[in-house]
Parts: sequence; C-alpha cells; structure tokens
Amino acid sequence: MLTILFDGIAYGMLLFVLAAGLAVTLGLMNFVNLAHGAFAMAGGYATVILMNRFGLPFLLCLPLAFLFSAALGFIFERLLYRHMYERSHLDQVLFSIGLVFMSIAATDYLMGSQQQNIHLPAYLQGRIFIGGVGIGIYRLFIVVLCSLMALGLQWMLAKTRFGSQLRAAVDDRRAARGLGIPVVKVFAITFAFGSGLAGLGGALGAEIVGLDPTFPLKFMLYFLIVVTVGGTSSLTGPLLAALMLGVADVMGKYLVPQLGAFIIYAIMLAVLMLRPQGLFARGR
Amino acid sequence: MLSKPPSTRPLGAQAPSPAAFLQARAAWRWPEILFWISAFGLILLFPNRHLLLNEIAILGLFALSLDLILGYAGIVSLGHAAFFGVGAYAAGLLAKHGVSEPVTGLLLSGAAAGLVGFLASFMILRGTDLTRLMVTLGVALIFHELANRLDWITGGADGLLGISVGPILGRFDFDFAGTTAYTYSLTATFLLFLLARRIVHSPFGLSLKALKDNHLRAATIGIAPNRRIVAIYTLAAVYAGMAGALLTQTTQFVSLEMLDFARSADALLVLVIGGSGYLYGGLIGAIAFKLMKDTLSAMTPAYWIFWMGFILVILVLIGRDRLMATLARPFAPLLKLLGARRP
Repeated sequence: MLTILFDGIAYGMLLFVLAAGLAVTLGLMNFVNLAHGAFAMAGGYATVILMNRFGLPFLLCLPLAFLFSAALGFIFERLLYRHMYERSHLDQVLFSIGLVFMSIAATDYLMGSQQQNIHLPAYLQGRIFIGGVGIGIYRLFIVVLCSLMALGLQWMLAKTRFGSQLRAAVDDRRAARGLGIPVVKVFAITFAFGSGLAGLGGALGAEIVGLDPTFPLKFMLYFLIVVTVGGTSSLTGPLLAALMLGVADVMGKYLVPQLGAFIIYAIMLAVLMLRPQGLFARGR
Repeated sequence: MLSKPPSTRPLGAQAPSPAAFLQARAAWRWPEILFWISAFGLILLFPNRHLLLNEIAILGLFALSLDLILGYAGIVSLGHAAFFGVGAYAAGLLAKHGVSEPVTGLLLSGAAAGLVGFLASFMILRGTDLTRLMVTLGVALIFHELANRLDWITGGADGLLGISVGPILGRFDFDFAGTTAYTYSLTATFLLFLLARRIVHSPFGLSLKALKDNHLRAATIGIAPNRRIVAIYTLAAVYAGMAGALLTQTTQFVSLEMLDFARSADALLVLVIGGSGYLYGGLIGAIAFKLMKDTLSAMTPAYWIFWMGFILVILVLIGRDRLMATLARPFAPLLKLLGARRP
C-alpha cells in the first residue's frame, strides 16, 4: 500500500519536472504550448541514442538530454514561437498542435514506432526496504532529484535577479522593457530552460512511463492538468497538483484497474468546474 | 476596429430597420445557389468518386458544426469529436439492434449527441479559453475511454461489428459505388445547412457574434451569455452527432477512431483552411482538406500526419488571413458573395 503511494509520489514528481517548463510558459507567459511534450520526447530519445548507440553512462546522459532539449527549445523559440506570443489562443493552439503532429511523424520516421527501452545501471535497479516498505531505488532517485530541482526552481524564481526579471516581464512586458529588462532574452532563456527540464523529465521517465512517438499526444493532457489544476500563480500549485495527479493515477491503476483513466478525467473536470482558475490559485 | 462607425452612410439617409438589415444579410446570393447546384450535380458527374464525395460531405457537416461554436460563439474546442463519436456509436447501436431505417437513426443519433452536448455545455460556461480547451478535451477523452472500456456494448478496440443499415425511407438501398450514400449525406448536409443559415442570420445568431466580439459589452446591453452558449453548443453537438451517424450509416462500421483526438484536430484544420464564421468555410475547407489528404497520403502513406502538422504551422505562422487572402484573391468576389468577411 505504502509502496504504491511512494510510486505515486515518484510519478507525480516526474510529472512536475516534465510540466514545470509549461507552468512557466503557459502559466506565467499565458502562451498555450501544446507541443511541450515534444521537447520531453526529444530528451528521452536523445538519452536512448546516447546510451544504446554510444554507450554513455546513464547519469551522464541526463544533463546531455537537458542540454539537447534546451538547445532545441531555444532554436524553436527564436525561429517560431516568438512570433506567436501576441497571437490569439486559437492561433497558438493550432500552431502547437501542428508542431505535435510534425514531431510524431518525424520521430516515427527517424526512430520507428516501437517502444524504446533504457537499460538502467545496476546501482539504480532493485529495491530497498525502509521500515518494511519496499521502495524502488530508481523511484527514490527520481524523488530526490526532482525534489532538489523543485526547490532550486522555486529559489531561482523567487530569489535571484533573473527570477525577478522574469516575473516583471510576465506581469507587464512594456513596463519591464522600459526599466531596461531584456524581455526578449529573458523569455528565450526561460523557454529554453523549460524545454530542457522537459527533456530531462523525458529521459528520467522513459523507464517509468515509456517512450514512443505518440508521447507528446499521450501526455499532453497530463501536463495541462498539472498547470491548470495547479493554478498559475506560483510553482507550488503545479507541484502539489502533479503529486496529486501522480498518486491518484497510480493508485487508481493499481486498486481499481477497470476504471482506467476515468478517475483522472473526472477529478480534472470537477476541479475545473468548481475552480476554473485552478485549485491553488488566488482569485484574480 | 470592432464596429465601423455608421458615418460611412450619406448624411440624412435612414438607417435600415433591424428587420431589413437582417433580411439583407440573409438574402440568397447567386454563388451560393451555384455552389449547391454543383454539389448536387456531382451526383451525376463523377459516378466513381462518390465514396470520396460522401466523406467530403460528412466532413463538411462536421466542420460546419464546429464553425457554429468557434466562428459564431468563439469557443475553442479540442474535443468536438466527442459528439461525432456519440452520434456514430448511437447510429451503429440503433442499426444493430433493430432500427435499421437510416433517417430515423439519424434523427435519434442527433438527439443523443444533442443531449450529451447540452449536459457538457454547462461545463464550458466558466473559465478562460484554456479551461474550455481542457474541458472539451477531457470530455472527448472520457468518451474515448468509455467506448474503449464498455466493449460488450461498443466492441471496444475492434469496433462495432454487425451493423446492417436498411434502405433509406424503406425505398433507396445503399449501393457499392456510394451514389446513394453521397446523395443521402449531401441532402442531410444541405438541409442542416439551411437550418444553420436560418439560425445564424436570425437575431439570435447576431447576438452570438456580439458575444464573441466582446463578452462584457454584449452582456451590458442585455444579451444573456450563458443561455445562448448552451443553446448553440447543444445545436453544434446535434450537428456533429448527425455527421457521425451519417458516416456510420454509409460505411456500416464504427470504431474508436471516430472519437480520436485527430478527428477534432481535423475539423479545426478544415476550418483554418476554409475560414470560420461564414458557414461555407467548413464546406470549402472540407473539399480542400480531403483532396489534399488524398494526394499527400498517396505520396507518403504513413507520414500524412507530418504534412498536416506542417500545413497548420505554416498557415498560422504566415497568418491564415494573409495567406488565404493571397490564395483566394482570384475568387474574392465569389467568396464575398458567399458571405465571407475577408476579401
């Protein structure tokens, strides 16, 4: 029972890292980017290629996956996304759906449509028992890593100079520019960083949630749930939402498998109906 | 930008009365008549392409239904396939369990989808574009999951088998070439189009456009938003359900694919190509979309989805208004007469 709970927490943490970038672009910059999962998938595939073709160790692949997705995100932001910030939501939706479809087909073409496997190093396999509760080592690794990352993100957003620049740029772009904040640069870096996090999440999650070309579409809703249910005022909301989602999903799948994904969808609809601004958002 | 000042009229000229204004907008123009005559003319002209034409007519109806909520009420929906699927499964189940007469099945399926749409509409009243996006997507996913899980009713992933559709009105049998199918779908689409045309040119339709342009302002001049959104959303669901029922009846098969996310996205792409907010956008877009899909999937069967994404990205990046204006310039007078706002 507690093992399931822990699995759920690990899954939730993973979802948080995957969706953290989206929480910033969608939550703070108000840009509907449905293609966020594509960057996560890119990170996952980068890891697969680096490990299986070049034999790099898993731990070295993680930062490389981050860098790869971040670079990809940076290029896309500079070339395409920056034209879309001022557009209507409909345009943003259509544009990012288009990107999702292209990424699915391109991945299918380059890598084949089968599920990809990552072989974890031996020291991350198996499970340990703490107080009679079996805990997978890899899941523990994910929880620790993702918690550190969540803390780091919160610190960066709240305490550093870059964080305050970002918050200012999001609140009022014109005023921020007037104060000499390089808004364009801040947005580009943020976007790249968020994509990098997604890539890292994709690399970490390949073992747990699987990796195939339909990844961006399959998890699109999960990312959106994390951001909208969590609310958009801080990173704490998305973190709590991700944890809830992870626990509810894993528990639901273990305890009442015949219900499948209904639990998630039903909770999402209920929350959105009762609190359209998100569960943890202060009223605007 | 929202409203042109009325000073373009010569001074002293009487403003037309509201009824006259509405009637002027609702008057039939000759390209519209031509459009429908050629659509029906295709029944005689291309006897071996009727299966494709049938699909175009159904997709056109589906896109028309999305246009009702997107182009007229401004609701961005990512899950319109939910109602298409409900209608499709309803028609399939009816045909399987005794009601084999297509027109009855069509009306009942539309009613079923309408009921679902009515219930779902209360969920999109609150919140922003993003919330609506999620809710519509969530509803579609729930129905996809339902159809998948309730396999003793729906056949699950294998699809619903054993549908036998009787002759239309007890007289016209479906044939292999699809001539009956096309005639049937086109007639249904045409009749539903007439109804939609009547509705969007009514004061109700006008008030919807006011809501879309400026929610707050419309509310202050006494247009109650919620009731209108519920009404148009229900109507759009009925239309989508009927489109689904048509597809079921003419292909005699229902599968989970009817509820796919890709189907909702297809409808959006059709509207992007054809332009939204003037009823013909869905129909013209459906023609362009199907022809394009046919050619592209003949070239690269597995990767058609890539080109679909590519077209979406290009259309949005360049600006669909600008690109379409360039492409449509030769036809501009024609489109304007069809009621498109852009040249």
